[in-house]
Amino acid sequence: MARQSASRAKSSASNAKKSTQGAKKAAPKFSKEQIQKFYYDMLLIRRFEEKAGQIYGMGLIGGFCHLYIGQEAVVVGMKSAITDDDAVITSYRDHGHMLACGMDPKGVMAELTGREGGYSKGKGGSMHMFSKEANFYGGHGIVGACVPLGTGLAFSQKYQGSKDITLCYMGDGTVNQGQVYESFNMAELWNLPVVYVIENNEYAMGTSVKRSSAQTELYKRGDSFNVPGEQVDGMDVFAVAAAGKKAVDYVRAGKGPYILEMKTYRYRGHSMSDPAKYRSKEEVNKKRAEHDPIDHLRQTMLDDKINTEDELKEIDREIKAIIADAVEFAQNSPEPQPEELYTDVLA
Amino acid sequence: MPTEILMPALSPTMTEGKLARWMVKEGDTVSSGDVLAEIETDKATMEVEAVDEGKIGKILIEGDTDNVAVNTPIAVLLEEGEDASDLDDFTPSAAPFASEGSDDTTEDTSDKEEPAPRVSTSKTPDAYDASGEIPEGTEMVKMTVREALRDAMAEEMRKDERVFVMGEEVAEYQGAYKVTQGLLDEFGGRRVIDTPITEHGFAGVGVGAAFHGLRPIVEFMTFNFAMQAIDQIVNSAAKTRYMSGGQMSSPIVFRGPNGAASRVAAQHSQCYASWYSHVPGLIVIAPHTAADAKGLLKAAIRDPNPVIFLENEILYGQSFDVPVMDDFVLPIGKAKIERPGDDVTIVSFAMGMRYALEAADKLAEENISAEVIDLRTIRPMDMETVLASVRKTNRCVTVEEGWPQSGIGAEITAQIMHHAFDYLDAPVLRVSGKDVPMPYAANLEKLALPHTDEVVAAAKSVCYRD
Repeated sequence: MARQSASRAKSSASNAKKSTQGAKKAAPKFSKEQIQKFYYDMLLIRRFEEKAGQIYGMGLIGGFCHLYIGQEAVVVGMKSAITDDDAVITSYRDHGHMLACGMDPKGVMAELTGREGGYSKGKGGSMHMFSKEANFYGGHGIVGACVPLGTGLAFSQKYQGSKDITLCYMGDGTVNQGQVYESFNMAELWNLPVVYVIENNEYAMGTSVKRSSAQTELYKRGDSFNVPGEQVDGMDVFAVAAAGKKAVDYVRAGKGPYILEMKTYRYRGHSMSDPAKYRSKEEVNKKRAEHDPIDHLRQTMLDDKINTEDELKEIDREIKAIIADAVEFAQNSPEPQPEELYTDVLA
Repeated sequence: MPTEILMPALSPTMTEGKLARWMVKEGDTVSSGDVLAEIETDKATMEVEAVDEGKIGKILIEGDTDNVAVNTPIAVLLEEGEDASDLDDFTPSAAPFASEGSDDTTEDTSDKEEPAPRVSTSKTPDAYDASGEIPEGTEMVKMTVREALRDAMAEEMRKDERVFVMGEEVAEYQGAYKVTQGLLDEFGGRRVIDTPITEHGFAGVGVGAAFHGLRPIVEFMTFNFAMQAIDQIVNSAAKTRYMSGGQMSSPIVFRGPNGAASRVAAQHSQCYASWYSHVPGLIVIAPHTAADAKGLLKAAIRDPNPVIFLENEILYGQSFDVPVMDDFVLPIGKAKIERPGDDVTIVSFAMGMRYALEAADKLAEENISAEVIDLRTIRPMDMETVLASVRKTNRCVTVEEGWPQSGIGAEITAQIMHHAFDYLDAPVLRVSGKDVPMPYAANLEKLALPHTDEVVAAAKSVCYRD
């Protein structure tokens, strides 16, 4: 079958924007349970990250810590489009991805605090966590590295004849790394089952997309390789879920890779030590006020009478308790034994 | 004056080949670009084209002749106005003449008969005993390193469906150096995969596939090109087991030719042994013989860790005895005492072993008995065997093609200082590649590489015999 051409990819992109808005109105096509889960999962990530930021300030977390606040709709919407057997891989802003994959907040938080109970026994930290059980393949600290790695996961899925696919996340900064295009080329050449999700939060550390990218419409970055791309409102979980399902269906049908550009925004600095002087307070506040994915969903749920205010408050309380438990666990879990220094180097 | 047509060198390391057949006959007129003959090397069949215009006066070497040395006159071309009578008092030049400064690289020292003088057979206590690796009485077959590597991959691919090989030209072209010859035919395109020229990308794809349960063999056309991929090798393959607290691993083999070939200059002649040897989480293997290449590559493919498997283009065509066994696998991390001795320990690996063994022969003529140790695995390094030998000989020389600073010799020297200082009767000396990028000119290249005479001189120096 003929592949969607690059020029078709362009036209599908403009359609995508429409379908994004359409998806908002079409919210009821998601079941009550699904919508509640969107809310629950996004709020869990938000509260987790807020707490991580807080205890970083208390000195409990060291090194780099990149928070996901503002971008929650992306991973939650995409997770709804895949199965638990599908693989997920991302770069270093990874806490949200892990929670969306169903990894235990306690294990993630304890890794942030560098404790024995962390997913990597305290040896990986914020940027390097993995869970075979959850099919989460990291957590990679080198910008761009996760893209060939994710392509390799998809290579293995195809080689093994499984129906599973890979979600390979990257940021808007990643798309200027050469290995991304090496990967797009091989994925299309070999028809690999991978969805590349570009989380465009507008800033690669302090450099805006405009200042770093000759082609700022990142969904077009697959054009040279005939990989179709689509732009999605990444602040709208319904739009993400709908676009995600479409892309995942396409990829799972054996048609090769697909690119989704998620237009999103991070509220915090690049890492905890970033004062974010490269953008104005007004810009951030405007995004928060007008486009917050969680506020928006909460309002929709109330408007559409999916839940009452009290029911939502109950969810809030439940999540607060989970996060409190996670922090307690992360504080009380012992540091790794000194003997752990020399383990896990070789099998 | 008739012009000689010489047997051409079709690759940097070719020293001889088969003159398969002539496409012209005596009396034919040829012009530049015409195909004259077909030449078979161990890698490929190539056509030889005429460079000059003229008439084929005489064919000196018939078709279907094996082992024609490079630069042997194979035919005589008559220029305009000349005829066969001009050949009456024409004597072809003696063949072959080597270009100045280049070494005869095909000489296989492993088969050399050892000279009569002092050769020790004494055992080195506490050293690894490699004699048990091949059961006594096992039938041996002569095989090139190239064939041994191919057989190792084929045997492991037959055994384990998860094993596949990917790289540039590994499939349809049958391998840039013909190491993967025949694998596509046997295993098909699903398991023998041609990649684009995209080292960084396909190294990462290999590591990702290894995370997900496959057993990739990633071929780099040469390790020089793997510098493009070194981030994936070091940051993704080597560190993930540690960073994941042991959950995720990358059982992958990165293999390909390493070090100097012949006359390919600075960007294609680097030895990466010490680079990868620096990295915890990697295993680094660099065999010399075909048997070690086979037994260790099979072990590498089965190993649950990322393995850097450093081959050598010049060694690919060398033949060695390989045991005929159903499943010949060697232990990783064990050195081999290739030649026992009492007076000085020479430690080397891969191509360095050639210089070391040649030096041992020369030293024996001067009544110095050298114990030659082939490290075989660079990381983890079998220092037990090296130290046991040094405690016996009290002297040590290291030999490698790589650069001296932070090299393998530097590491061995430091370890001996730490663990056998009191046993030393002389400072450890290093013989290495010179501290310069590899030059192209034949004479300079020869100077840049380690040389047997340098090993002899170093050994005599530590024996205070210079």
